[in-house]
Amino acid sequence: MSDRSQLISTGEPFEFDKKRDAEFERLIKRYPTRESMILPALWLTQEQEGWVSQEAIGYIADRIGTFAAKVYEAATFYTMYNLKPTGKYHICVCRTLSCWLRGKQEIVDYLRDEVGVTPGKKTEDGKFSLEEVECLGHCGTAPVVQINGEFYENMDVEQLKSLLATLE
Amino acid sequence: MEVRILSAKFDVKNSNQLKTALKHGAYENLDKLFAMQPAEVIEEVKKSGLRGRGGAGFPAGVKWGFLPKDTGKPVYLTVNSDESEPATFKDRYILVKDPHMLIEGIIICSYAIGSNDTYIYIRGEYTTQVKVLQEAIDEAYKAGYLGEKVAGHDYRVDVTVHRGAGAYVCGEETALLESIEGKKGQPRSKPPFPAVAGLYGCPTIINNVQSIASLPFIMKEGADAYKAYGTEKSPGTHLFGISGHVEKPGMYELPLGLPLLEVIDKVAGGVWKGRKLKGVIPGGSSTPVLLPEEAATTTLDYESMAEHKTMFGSGGIVVLDETVNIVELVQNLINFYHHESCGQCTPCREGLGWMKKITQKILKGEGSMADVDLLRELCDNIEMKTVCVLSAACTMPVRSYLDKFRHEFEAYVTENEPSVAEATEE
Ligand SMILES: Cc1cc2nc3c(=O)[nH]c(=O)nc-3n(C[C@H](O)[C@H](O)[C@H](O)COP(=O)(O)O)c2cc1C
Ligand code: SF4
Ligand code: FES
Repeated sequence: MSDRSQLISTGEPFEFDKKRDAEFERLIKRYPTRESMILPALWLTQEQEGWVSQEAIGYIADRIGTFAAKVYEAATFYTMYNLKPTGKYHICVCRTLSCWLRGKQEIVDYLRDEVGVTPGKKTEDGKFSLEEVECLGHCGTAPVVQINGEFYENMDVEQLKSLLATLE
Repeated sequence: MEVRILSAKFDVKNSNQLKTALKHGAYENLDKLFAMQPAEVIEEVKKSGLRGRGGAGFPAGVKWGFLPKDTGKPVYLTVNSDESEPATFKDRYILVKDPHMLIEGIIICSYAIGSNDTYIYIRGEYTTQVKVLQEAIDEAYKAGYLGEKVAGHDYRVDVTVHRGAGAYVCGEETALLESIEGKKGQPRSKPPFPAVAGLYGCPTIINNVQSIASLPFIMKEGADAYKAYGTEKSPGTHLFGISGHVEKPGMYELPLGLPLLEVIDKVAGGVWKGRKLKGVIPGGSSTPVLLPEEAATTTLDYESMAEHKTMFGSGGIVVLDETVNIVELVQNLINFYHHESCGQCTPCREGLGWMKKITQKILKGEGSMADVDLLRELCDNIEMKTVCVLSAACTMPVRSYLDKFRHEFEAYVTENEPSVAEATEE
């Protein structure tokens, strides 16, 4: 498991943009307690910035009226919250059972050998980052890759190669 | 073999849109629903024999009956759309292909249990799915099927989608509640059960997406029509996900009770590449594996699975061909459950980590027979000694591989085990 205990400070104050601000205010009415907004607020942050910084944790805590430790606890527990900037294209390869049975390793090997990216790391130009993730719920079309939230099913090295070539 | 109850609209173009759903009968039975007493609705669902489709197979109507009456607190409904058990991929079809069937199911359940507020907990990875679902909910609000007066009746139903963020354990019902409350997903000790003290300390019902989506059919056609499918003790249909080494992997709706191997052959095209069958995982990665000869007598229902000392689980069938390395497979499984452990129980947090290390050692050819025995022993010692059954979801299948494929583990260790002759020479 990669270390998820370290937060990165940007040195800049963080706040929601107009769109996220409105979304925050809309969502908070849906819950009887303000703390229920911790996960949604972390999502809004990640949508806006691509990752969650130390300043964002503090901001969310203030907005909700709770302890930064509580937001920190959630941000570090849930693996989908990026605690550091990802590559422009964040590639998630499913490493679990059905994808493993149908050749996910070839995909990971290709990314290491030809694209130069290993799990938890970025390419030097910052274009791609890679993560091996657990079952993505698309086991019937394994192996499965998710890039910036889009699912790509029935993948193999050839298809991934052409797909990556289309990404600017 | 395939049937179309839940999947009736799946192939219709734009089936996720309200306009299309309405054309195919969505929300048609709400007048009938509100003309009934809530207790009658629960009775009908009990009569249908619908069992929870999240894995445990607990009868839905019976669970609803556990709610305490008149507590003065709100009753919450939470729909479990976490779908993270490896090899399970059924609920997302409902979310994307027929979200209005789910919303109608939510209305039916809400009325039956006296709830006004539903939270749908959806796994964070379902990015495209959450979008389609939210659009359907927005459409339902606009058309008056959700909100203050559901379809003009004096009943309020509000539905909120809550996104997870990458934690399998949040599929466990009490971890799910913690997650909605804004905390890390650590399961709660039970009792109290959620029906008594659940979300925000209030009475709460948690049901799987497919369980809830089965309700509109039962309301419309009646319990008997539902029971016409499946077996006596396992009535109805199920969205089975077949993956792994088959020619035609995919999601298929089938009545319960069909012969497992026949389904693999006729529905999923048989073992791929003309290879031989090595084993079948019948209901998601946490269910004990079946050998081909065991699979030959197994049918797809709760009772037959129990007779074969495995579980129906989530209906995620994984086919293993003759090339599968069982020790590597076990390592893949242990890695998953260890990674997903929430960490609050020592046997789970440390025990699964220990199992992971032993398996790695065996795979490297550095293990001994004692390690294989230790792995087996750990399974017995971890299970049922933890707050939730995530640890058992790992040890139950691992035990089955150790018992049924022990020779494969032994093959890794015999080479470096000093033979008796060598040992006595010293
Ligand atoms: C570790 C763990 C993970 C689970 N994951 C899911 C899941 O992803 N989806 C689900 O519906 N149920 C899951 N369950 C089962 C739920 O706890 C619960 O039993 C179920 O949602 C109840 O709904 P049902 O009665 O309709 O099946 C999981 C249980 C455990 C112990
Ligand atoms: S068994 Fe594992 S996942 Fe479940 S509560 Fe204990 S530590 Fe957490
Ligand atoms: S195992 Fe890869 S999507 Fe399920």
